[in-house]
Amino acid sequence: MSKRLIMLVAGLFLVWGSSAYAAEQLKVGYIATMSGPAASLGTDILDGFKLGIKHCGDKLGDMPVELVVGDDQLKPDVGVQVASRMIEKDKVDIVTGIVFSNVMMAVAKPITDAGIFLVSGNAGPSPLAGKGCLPNFFAVSWQNDQTHEAMGKYLQDQGVKTLYLMAPNYQAGKDGLAGVKRYFKGEIVGEVYTKINQPDYAAELAQLRAAKPEAVFVFYPGGMGINFVKQYAQSGLKEEIPLYTTAFTLDQSVLQAMGDAALGLKNSSFWSPDLKNPANEKFVADFKATYNRIPSLFAAQGYDAALLIDSAVRAVNGDLSDQDKLREAFKKADFKSVRGDFKFNNNHFPIQDFYIRQVVKNEDGVLTNKLLGIAFKDHADAYATQCEMK
Amino acid sequence: MDPLLIFIQSLNGLQLGVMLFLMAAGLTLVFGVMNLINLAHGSLYMMGAYLAATIQQHTGSFLLAVLLAIPLTTMLGMLVEVVALRKLYRRDHLDQVLATFALILFFNELVRIIWGPQAYFMAVPGLLSGYITILPGVTYPVFRLVIIGVGLAVALLLYFIIARTRLGMLIRAGATNREMVGALGVNIKLLYTIVFGLGAALAGLAGMMAGPILSVEVGMGESIIILTFVVIVIGGIGSIRGALIASMLVGVADTFGRVLLPPALASMVIYILMATVLYWRPQGLFPAHG
Repeated sequence: MSKRLIMLVAGLFLVWGSSAYAAEQLKVGYIATMSGPAASLGTDILDGFKLGIKHCGDKLGDMPVELVVGDDQLKPDVGVQVASRMIEKDKVDIVTGIVFSNVMMAVAKPITDAGIFLVSGNAGPSPLAGKGCLPNFFAVSWQNDQTHEAMGKYLQDQGVKTLYLMAPNYQAGKDGLAGVKRYFKGEIVGEVYTKINQPDYAAELAQLRAAKPEAVFVFYPGGMGINFVKQYAQSGLKEEIPLYTTAFTLDQSVLQAMGDAALGLKNSSFWSPDLKNPANEKFVADFKATYNRIPSLFAAQGYDAALLIDSAVRAVNGDLSDQDKLREAFKKADFKSVRGDFKFNNNHFPIQDFYIRQVVKNEDGVLTNKLLGIAFKDHADAYATQCEMK
Repeated sequence: MDPLLIFIQSLNGLQLGVMLFLMAAGLTLVFGVMNLINLAHGSLYMMGAYLAATIQQHTGSFLLAVLLAIPLTTMLGMLVEVVALRKLYRRDHLDQVLATFALILFFNELVRIIWGPQAYFMAVPGLLSGYITILPGVTYPVFRLVIIGVGLAVALLLYFIIARTRLGMLIRAGATNREMVGALGVNIKLLYTIVFGLGAALAGLAGMMAGPILSVEVGMGESIIILTFVVIVIGGIGSIRGALIASMLVGVADTFGRVLLPPALASMVIYILMATVLYWRPQGLFPAHG
């Protein structure tokens, strides 16, 4: 081996070694989908997370923060690569972000197995809430089914007799409709699964009209939702049969692209920009001032993720070596959430309220959501009993 | 299914068909005349939608948006041809696929930088919004009828250009035998640029017509480009007539497949159709090459 090569290798080890024993600093890895059609979700959560760090005095738990950002490209295998780089090379202390459930299912084990705490800023797949629950995993968002269950409950309470269901043909779509059916006890007159990322729904809408349901529930996130809501209004169905959905279809990040087609539609959510509590008012006002737009629910989740991490790290005085103590601190969730009351269940998923919102135009003529009422108080997910953690 | 529903679904199939035709006409010409596989055809569709949506937002007029955005997409297409694609004609198809895939990434990133990652809004023009009663008890969105009308008008216009003009004669000649056209002293470079511009204009027009009913967003071109390739393969590469008939076939088959079959089978219908056609006619329905 040549002398130069030995020098180089030795030098590399020196650099590596020194970074492992860096000064008092919290290294947070942020993994999310930051490119492709769904990129706006990843950037929204990150914007919220950064604002959260700012509100904690540009620190988390009194420690200066180094943020390492990675893009999973909505591919589970890429997510795993990014995660292992963060674990082995960057030596992060905590990982957060993760928009999509399929990526979450791939990275949750490797990250938590490495003794690192994982705070989900969005994805809440049912396996991680039930039998496969993990001690070092915390979801600051929701369990996937919860938001849909809230709308199922609302439709049941409204006395709706016949319901027509539509969703894309993939796991989250099926979970969503299962959530609605868990609480809606009337008759399901149609249950249609469409190809994922299908742009045009004219054929399905004609079938829907012919089925004459009393109400329609759909789960179409992102661009699919924009297409569906626009076409639902254009076909004249909006005036004939009321359309109900969740916040994922009528989120702040897609409303402007729908225009008046979205006006008046009702949806369920754990959060709304007009939710009345001091933490939320401060968050919404500062988010608008910083980014010049109304925050989406994804931004709210990112913000809460920062506050949760801050509270846990603070409780152990920045000493992350004792995992059990840190886990207890996370479990307490001792922070002021933008959604008001918040606590963790035994499976480390939230127990929280769910609301019904309606799309309105605010005083500036911008489309946004307004609270109508509450669907669930302190709602726990359906899988927690299958989790063996206490 | 009752007859009225069948009628509406046929209209839906027809509307999807003309949309595909607008895309396929340009793609099949480029493939047939220049022997170029252009995956980035969908990017021109996206650019057409974004340009029209932006102009409509600023002027409030859909007509003006279309009138301005068509020449803009045409010029953009010609620019892409001159700068990037011209170098690819002599390369094999794999190189072309790689390079035009790179163009897709380039355009997606460009749109993200200019318009941002969030979807863009394009309204249905006021006069054409709403729906009309076409038969007692049957309503249909006006704008979708307009799409059908525009698509059929473009088909007629293309038929006229291809069958009756000198340019059309050169295009037909180019699709049948490229080398011979060049040998006869036709400025083949200019012909290629014009054909590509024509294809870009049609793709842009498809994007503009899709803008008000679909979400104008990064990556919208990718969802239609696969179907478009299916259409031109079924129709026979280089043939406008084949593209027209294949688009209608695919549009109607896809629509009824989605309605009548379970989802897993429905998404296979057009591919089964393609396989069947290719089994009987490996060159497609109306092959341009003799």
